[in-house]
Amino acid sequence: MDLINDFRDKDKILAISKLIKKESNKPLNIMEICGGHTHSIMKFGIPGLVGEHINFVHGPGCPVCVMPKTRIDEAIKLASMDGVIFCTLADMLRVPGSHTSLMKLRGEGHDIRALYTPLDALKIAQDNPDKKVIFFAIGFETTTPMSAVLVEKTLNLGLKNLFFHINHVTVPAPVRAIMNDENVKIDAFLGPSHVSVITGSNVYKSIADDYKTPIAVSGFEPLDIMDSVLNLVRQQNANTHEVYNEYARVVNENGNLRAKELIDKYFEICDFPWRGLGVIPNSGMKLKDEFASIDARVCFDCSVQSAKESKACICGEILRGRAKPYDCKVFGKVCNPQNPIGSCMVSGEGACAAYYKYAKRG
Amino acid sequence: MCLSIPSKVIEIDENNFATVETLGVRRGVSLDLIAEPVNVGDYVLIHVGFAMEKIDTKYALESLKVYENIVKEMNNETIGVYDGDMGLANRLK
Repeated sequence: MDLINDFRDKDKILAISKLIKKESNKPLNIMEICGGHTHSIMKFGIPGLVGEHINFVHGPGCPVCVMPKTRIDEAIKLASMDGVIFCTLADMLRVPGSHTSLMKLRGEGHDIRALYTPLDALKIAQDNPDKKVIFFAIGFETTTPMSAVLVEKTLNLGLKNLFFHINHVTVPAPVRAIMNDENVKIDAFLGPSHVSVITGSNVYKSIADDYKTPIAVSGFEPLDIMDSVLNLVRQQNANTHEVYNEYARVVNENGNLRAKELIDKYFEICDFPWRGLGVIPNSGMKLKDEFASIDARVCFDCSVQSAKESKACICGEILRGRAKPYDCKVFGKVCNPQNPIGSCMVSGEGACAAYYKYAKRG
Repeated sequence: MCLSIPSKVIEIDENNFATVETLGVRRGVSLDLIAEPVNVGDYVLIHVGFAMEKIDTKYALESLKVYENIVKEMNNETIGVYDGDMGLANRLK
C-alpha cells in the first residue's frame, strides 16, 4: 500500500465523483475550515468533480492569515530591539505589519530567523547566552503542543534567555463566530485534518448539534476530500448532522492525550483579536501567569499603534466565507504572492494564494 | 504549515528522536508527543519537526477497500454495497 498515491487514484476519484453527482440534488455550501484543505481542493480541481450544487467556502484555518496587524507590529517591535534573535515559522516573515515586515527588517540587518521546528530555538538560545532569543509562536491546536514541549524543555534546562510570544488560536471559537453571523450561509463543514489529530473528532460534536451542520473530519488527499463530500451530501439528504471521521487512520475521538496534557500544563484560554473576525472571546491561548518570566508579552514593552487594514483588501470577508478571492478588486493585480497586500495572499495556506496559484483567471 | 505526507520511521535514538523518510528525504523528528511505543518501520504524521501521531495502516487499507468497491459498483452502474452506509464512521479507535 502506498499511503500517498493510493489516495490520489484517478479511477477511485472519478467513481466517487459520479456517485456525488448522482446523489447531490440541492445546493450545499461546505466550509473547509483548514487552509490545507483549500489548497488540496484547488490543486486537485475538486470543485469540478463534485457537481454544480456544491460550493466550497474557504474558512479561517490559516494561522498566518488570521494574525492581526497588532500582533505583527508587536513582533516587529521585539525583533527591532538590540541584542535580540527573533525566531518564528517561515510564513510569518512576509506578512506586512503597519509599516514594514519581518522580512524587510531582516534585510536591514536584524537577526530574524525562520525555523524548521520550534526546537531549533533551544539550540539558538544555548549557543547565544548573551542574546535574548524570542520565539514568536503561531498556529492552531496542531502547533500548540510543540510550543508546550519547547516551554517545558526551556524550563527544565533552566534557560534564562529564551522568551515566548504566544499567538496560538483554537478552531471551534471562530467557527462559532462565523456561524453566529447571520450573513453567512454554511450548510456543512470539512473538519481540519491535523488539528483533529490533536483535539480528537469529538471537539466538533457540539458545533454539529448547535448549528445542525454535518461535519466530516477529512484527510488532505483528494480521495479523502471526495469521500468526505459524499458523506456530507448523504447527511444533507438524510437530514442528519453527525461528525464523520473520514481520517480515522490518524484521528480518533479523543485526540492526542499527551499533547492535550502539555497544552493544559503551560497554557490557558484567552481572548484573541482575529484579523477579519475581530476579538473572539476564549479563542486564543496564552502562557499561564506562573510562567511570566519567559512570556515576551510580559517581559518586554509590546505596546504598538497599528494602522488600519487596507480598504482595498477584503481578506476579512474572505476569512468569514462571505467573499471569494475573485471578488477582491486588488486580487492578482496589485496583490500577488510577490507583493501581498493582505494576509490571505501571503501565506502558503491562504485562499488568495491558492486561487492565484491554481485558478488564476486571465 | 501542514505537511500531510506520511513519513516512515528509519531509526530511533536514545533521546526519543527519530530519523524519518518522507518521499525519499530524511530528517530528524521528535517523538515527544507520542505516548505509545514507536518502532522502526512505523508510519507517522509529522508537523514542524514533531511526530504527531502514528498512522494506522489498517484503517487506510479499509478506506481503500471501500473505494475499490465504489469503483466496481460505478462500473456496473448499480449502487448497492455503499448504499445507505454513511461512510466509514463507527471505526474510531
